[in-house]
Amino acid sequence: MSDRATTTGTTRDDDDIVMSLENVSVDFEKEQGVVESLFDEPETVQAVSDVSIDIPENDVLALVGESGCGKTTLGKTIIGVQRPTDGTVSYRGQDVWDAKDGRGDVTVPFDDIRRSLQMIHQDPGAALNPNRKVLTTLEAPLKKWDPEMSTEDRRARIFALLDRVGMEPPEDYAHRFPHQLSGGEQQRIALVRALLMNPDVILADEAVSALDVSLRVETMNLLLELQEQFNTSFVFISHNLSNARYLAQEAGGRIGIMYLGEIVEIGPPDEVLNDPQHPYTKVLRWATADLDPTAQEMTDPPVRSIDIPDPVNPPSGCRFHTRCPEAREACTTTAPELGEEAATANERCAACHRTDPDHDYWESEPLDGVEAAESPTLND
Amino acid sequence: MQGQRTQGGPDSADPIIEARNVCVTYDLEHRDAMVLDDVSIDLRRGEILGVVGESGSGKSMLANAMMDAVEEPGITTGEVTYHPEDGGEPVDVLDLSTEKLKEFRWEEVSMVFQGALSSFNPTMSIRGHFEETLAAHDYDVEAGMDRARQLLSDLYLDPDRVLDSYAHELSGGMSQRALIALSLILEPQVLLMDEPTAALDLLMQRSILSLLADIKEKYDLTILFITHDLPLVAGLADRLAILYAFELAEVGTATQIAHDSKHPYTRALLQAVPNLDAPTDSMRPIEGTAPNPAHVPEGCHYAPRCPLATRECHEETPPWVDVEDDHRSACFHYDEAEDAVPFDLSEVSDA
Repeated sequence: MSDRATTTGTTRDDDDIVMSLENVSVDFEKEQGVVESLFDEPETVQAVSDVSIDIPENDVLALVGESGCGKTTLGKTIIGVQRPTDGTVSYRGQDVWDAKDGRGDVTVPFDDIRRSLQMIHQDPGAALNPNRKVLTTLEAPLKKWDPEMSTEDRRARIFALLDRVGMEPPEDYAHRFPHQLSGGEQQRIALVRALLMNPDVILADEAVSALDVSLRVETMNLLLELQEQFNTSFVFISHNLSNARYLAQEAGGRIGIMYLGEIVEIGPPDEVLNDPQHPYTKVLRWATADLDPTAQEMTDPPVRSIDIPDPVNPPSGCRFHTRCPEAREACTTTAPELGEEAATANERCAACHRTDPDHDYWESEPLDGVEAAESPTLND
Repeated sequence: MQGQRTQGGPDSADPIIEARNVCVTYDLEHRDAMVLDDVSIDLRRGEILGVVGESGSGKSMLANAMMDAVEEPGITTGEVTYHPEDGGEPVDVLDLSTEKLKEFRWEEVSMVFQGALSSFNPTMSIRGHFEETLAAHDYDVEAGMDRARQLLSDLYLDPDRVLDSYAHELSGGMSQRALIALSLILEPQVLLMDEPTAALDLLMQRSILSLLADIKEKYDLTILFITHDLPLVAGLADRLAILYAFELAEVGTATQIAHDSKHPYTRALLQAVPNLDAPTDSMRPIEGTAPNPAHVPEGCHYAPRCPLATRECHEETPPWVDVEDDHRSACFHYDEAEDAVPFDLSEVSDA
């Protein structure tokens, strides 16, 4: 922290980078009625706004934010499921959407890319076909991508994986229907299905949120073990700071805080969470309950408004300025930058004027409801 | 099933709702399914009692039983007594007529469920809900609407905008807050809240909790707060009751439970909860899975997963033990729990 002006952190070798996003934005058009559509331009919501990020091999990126902040859209863009409106998404140097459309020289076919990027969903019950046995569900992707494989080989592979995620005896579990499994077991089946393709990146979208408290650590430990064994990277999406921190910390990965389509702070979990630089990260920390009742007072929320602004018209300047407890005039006009090194660096970056002791911010007037001015404090 | 639990009773000085030996069973074809097993607990006037349990532990059943709202074909047995303010005649809740129950439910005890969207009628404005409720209970609608406006602004909502909206036009956090305001419109004494913040964002959850603390003071409420999220309620609640597999495991003040739990399940649960401040290597999952209601084990329900379980635990229902003033644990081995399942909160929070 002491000399963050001089270093951009340990940038990795380009060879290690699986997915790379450059200045990616994703817009959605709001649905309109028939009459409306004749007269008005559709309203657009920018779900992801100008995000650049790299996913190296064998890494964990945990994305945290409130609902509607764009974390799922960003996750889907990272695994090439969502086409960006702007910017590029590349897999080991190959532009994913060029490969899909057959533009230019395609070095990696889209099918290979598709197979290397997998996803597990929030609700494992809904992600598995209730009318199919586990075995049938798991055989489907192998039959599709490797039709030459013999039945014995296919089953041996599935049983081995079931065994590895702790579902023993695998023959027994393979012949069950999803409703005969607990939520934790269903989630493991979804994980096995993703792993059968030997993927480079798995997007885990709120993959432990629906599970019981006592199962969450167990499931995250399983993700960590598999990451090590298979060299898979995880993009882990959560609205829960504690879960994100657990996974990112144990894997030595990064945690990214999102607000209204932008990454506002990113870096190693202990830096981001123990010494947050962005006021929004501090607010999320406040929102995360402490187990110790004596340590948590029921204080008023440290935001000027507890409701999120309408994403159709995001606030000007810094998007957080309407709620930020530290906002000043400068925040309403100029948007703070996260910095280019944020995409790759293993060092923390925050998009807030307060991180720059020379910024105009310090000279401008506090907004209504913001506590009296304070002078810039350099990080110690 | 109903073992002698003479020691460590739930008695307290000024209870507003007394639940005694409450059981909820479903009569299935082959065997009875027990979803709440012999639960005795007091809700004390003016307190916030947090009921914590994993999904399927029976925590919603407890709240439903307290206002005799268990849906058919569930059968509620035992006693639930409501003590009105100023020494009024105690009410036997499970014995109320349908008419009386309807009055009791909004005017004395009110309930907030998770997922406000499904609690509101999608074709009726929020104002309509308030007016309908007031009119159905013969309240003065105009005076009631003033109160509604006050309640909404206490919950950081813009009353006019919200009253004119339909539920789908509000965000999840806003409609949940509007629902809390609606539940308080007939000035109930008790608010039963079943995972009222579960579907919401972290920030909204905490904000609602801090608003609840203010509202409770202002309107002199008693709150039963049901959740699966122990840390969420630990700072808000005065006392915590831990449910495991349809029976109470431990009851005590929030500090006693978090710092000095005497039940192996509570301690394992504390260990399993991902916590921002704890070193990540101190978090451990609980081995095994919770029993299903049709196959509840004999004796202590936690015994099959418990590191301390002896033959006794598998055969007999553990008695309640007063481990401290106001702190009781249903465990034969309560004095060994600390060594068997090490968990030191002060170590964890200082890290």
